[in-house]
Amino acid sequence: MTVMEFESILKIAVPVAAYILFAPLLGGLLAGIDRKITARMQGRFGPPVLQPFYDVLKLLEKEAITVNSSQDFFVGCSLLFMIVTGCLFFAGLSLLLFIFALTTASMFLVAAAYSSNSPYAQIGAERELLQMMAYEPMVLIAAISLYIVKDMTFNIGDMVSSGVPAVILLPGVFLGFLYILTIKFRKSPFDLSMSHHAHQELVKGLTTEFSGKTLAMLEVAHWYENVFLLGFVFLFFANGTLAMAVVGVVVCLLAYFLEVFIDNVNARMKWQFALNSAWIVALTFGAANMLIVYYRLFGGGV
Amino acid sequence: MSIVFSLILLPVVVAVALLLIRGDQARGVLVVAGSILIGALSIYLTVRFFISGSANFNLNENYEALAEFVGYAMMAIEIVLAVVIFALGIKYKKYLASLLAVLQTPLMVWFEFSAGKDIEVEHALYYDQLSIIMALIIGIIGTLICVYALGYMKDFQHHHPDEPDRRPWFFFLLFLFLAAMYGIVFSNNLVWLYFFWEITTLCSFFLIGFTKTKEAVNNSFRALIMNLFGGLGFVLAIILLGRDSGTLELSGLVQIAAVYTSQVAAPLVLLVFAGITKAAQMPFNSWLLGAMVAPTPTSALLHSSTMVKAGVFLILKLSPAFLPTSSAPVSAAGTLAMMVGAITFLMASCAAISQSNAKRVLAYSTVANLGLIVTCAGTGMPGGIWAATMLIIFHAVTKSLLFLCVGTAEHNIGSRDIEDMDGLFGRMPRLALFMVIGIAAMFLAPFGMLVSKWAALESLIYSSNPLILLMVVFGSSVTVFYWGKWLGKMLAIVAKRDNIQQSVHKEEWASLGSLVALVIAACITFPAFSQKLVVPFIVSVYGGMVPLESIQFFLLGTENLYIMMIMVAVIILLPLLFLGKGRKKLAPIYLAGAGLDDNLKFMGSMQKETEFSLRNWYMEGYFAEKRMNLIGIIATVLVIVYVFASVLAVALRGGV
Repeated sequence: MTVMEFESILKIAVPVAAYILFAPLLGGLLAGIDRKITARMQGRFGPPVLQPFYDVLKLLEKEAITVNSSQDFFVGCSLLFMIVTGCLFFAGLSLLLFIFALTTASMFLVAAAYSSNSPYAQIGAERELLQMMAYEPMVLIAAISLYIVKDMTFNIGDMVSSGVPAVILLPGVFLGFLYILTIKFRKSPFDLSMSHHAHQELVKGLTTEFSGKTLAMLEVAHWYENVFLLGFVFLFFANGTLAMAVVGVVVCLLAYFLEVFIDNVNARMKWQFALNSAWIVALTFGAANMLIVYYRLFGGGV
Repeated sequence: MSIVFSLILLPVVVAVALLLIRGDQARGVLVVAGSILIGALSIYLTVRFFISGSANFNLNENYEALAEFVGYAMMAIEIVLAVVIFALGIKYKKYLASLLAVLQTPLMVWFEFSAGKDIEVEHALYYDQLSIIMALIIGIIGTLICVYALGYMKDFQHHHPDEPDRRPWFFFLLFLFLAAMYGIVFSNNLVWLYFFWEITTLCSFFLIGFTKTKEAVNNSFRALIMNLFGGLGFVLAIILLGRDSGTLELSGLVQIAAVYTSQVAAPLVLLVFAGITKAAQMPFNSWLLGAMVAPTPTSALLHSSTMVKAGVFLILKLSPAFLPTSSAPVSAAGTLAMMVGAITFLMASCAAISQSNAKRVLAYSTVANLGLIVTCAGTGMPGGIWAATMLIIFHAVTKSLLFLCVGTAEHNIGSRDIEDMDGLFGRMPRLALFMVIGIAAMFLAPFGMLVSKWAALESLIYSSNPLILLMVVFGSSVTVFYWGKWLGKMLAIVAKRDNIQQSVHKEEWASLGSLVALVIAACITFPAFSQKLVVPFIVSVYGGMVPLESIQFFLLGTENLYIMMIMVAVIILLPLLFLGKGRKKLAPIYLAGAGLDDNLKFMGSMQKETEFSLRNWYMEGYFAEKRMNLIGIIATVLVIVYVFASVLAVALRGGV
């Protein structure tokens, strides 16, 4: 093996290994901070920052109970695919492949909820599908726009290492992405498919029938997911320089704070609002910005 | 050449024999033997192709008399068929069909005896990579459907005891259909291609009307009329091409288009129009939905390996002629294909959400996927052709599997409604597993359809029409929703269901099992398909026009293909990981404290035991079928009118 080859393997292996090992820690920590900030916003003291880890550890010790034998399989697959999806992202592979793998990971979760044949879980599952339909156009528009401004590549590795920071050309796409991020994080007003607080028509939605280890797996899957979703935000800033990397990380944290803030100042809306608004945002902020960079590059238009 | 001839003639021979045979047993033997023979011959052709490459057959050297005879025979058959259509149109008071028949056939005959007579066709028959792919689809999937039909039609006859047994006629049509399809994929002579094209129209007409109910007759005439419109477009294209360019060859048309784009603009647009009607694109999608009244094997055949695939095949063959050049930066025919395809993809995907009838969901999904194929072919670019070809392959395997699964489910649970399929895993575990594989293969990474969609998105970025990109983006998001909710319904585990799987015929299992194996094999081996057939096809088509590196640039990188393959392997192996781990304590589901522990009932008010039922979401307020169709039809009609008018305007300007 030549030094060059070794280096190129390292370039992929190190971030992937770091992701697999540290993403749950970071994700859990973010979840803890979320709960702390939320509590403070509501005038409570709040749990310790490490509370999410305590919760998961406790879940792991619970008695193994399930409503059927296939549900655990689907949740396990969902966790595994969430990790795979993140690996594709941090290995710097195709952005589209990453988006499609994420869909598969989410579908496993939906399948788990459906398989229980429980009314509450199934309502949650269908709403989750609706949310996917709501946010996906904007995600794809973001990917295509990034492709256009980053010298015609979907390769995440190339995207983050050169060119101008995408956000300069894609402010509309960036705002649109932040909007659907609220749906993706399942924060109010879009906590339609599952909720951290019991709501009477939904109970715990998608997760109603999960318990013990299964629920713990799901929690960890969310931690993994949140990390690469913030990674997507980072794509709008990275251009290979240290300065922009710092800016990118700061914006990611700000974006996360913004989501927590939005969560706390909004009541849950109807699903119609989620679908309508997400598509309108995609068609205005997203599509308009995409058309501008498209015609700027290829010519044409009116 | 003898293989090509035998592939066209063998199904005809089998068809005629099936028409004459009455006995169940003999028919079974003949169908299975014929299917194996046809499939084997297709594979043999593939092997021959890998040894000695593609071939063009010049009949003028040694077979001039034969070619002439075939020409006259075809014309005679066309005239007979026109008379038949005319008479049936009068009998059932569908005068439009009669009118179209007396319009197009005399036109064709007149042309062949006047201008057409002097035009020499150099290569009447050929085969290349794309023909091989199509031949494999027809020869393997098409025949599997015929075998499946054996068991299915037994049940069908059993369910309709008072009807006369017209199965010989049914199987005759199935095999004739296969013959016509072979004719389409091997003909370079457009007049011959047109002949086979019309045969498929007629076969589908008789198959859709097979049950002879009022609905079936109406729907079959709708299919006939719409496809005759396409046929008329085909005839006009041939006449214009012969008059202006002096050629009647498909390859000649594409070659001329590369240099004198405007000279063949009109024939190209007319041929794309013909393709659109046959591929059931909006505004003509209603014929394919109406085709559902026919027995299930018919739907499976129409949707997967024949008929609609003939439509996209023609557009795909023409695709290189849409390549934008410096003299003609926008191709009228390409724009027509892209716009109609993209609108159809979006609107049909939306309409699928509102459907609870499994066959209608499948039909809308077919229409949508064909739309995507037409869109990709319309770009005229290497990446588009790659995506379109891959979509054709994966769609053929997967959709035939799904149709046949729904057919079997229908015969056993007595309904084709998705709502009645909940808990199918308990009742028909193997069938449910097959269906889940089929559904997952239609829309999830890392399976084939999604790979093709991915390639489609990438290639559409270069289509110089970002609106198409937006339509495809929204359409594919909607796709996830309708497949997802169906998948969920199948996976729901409902308590206390009896296994009723035993009554499925063994022919049905054989076909279903083979198709599942094909779906999985296609998902694993598609990089080989790409490398051995699709990429060489693209290179041979664009060889002179586009530099080789840029062709590679338009295709998904090999590393991506390998990652997908690894993911497929992981998914297949995953269940093993969890094997034997299901020994957990079982608890009843949560029913707000009122559940009765059997997961089916809860204690309602007044202490009344009430059974609960769960229903999927159809979002009528958003995606009502009628509204989606109306929007789609208006939009596509506008596009067609716009393109026709602009081509006509150019022609008139040139004439003065």
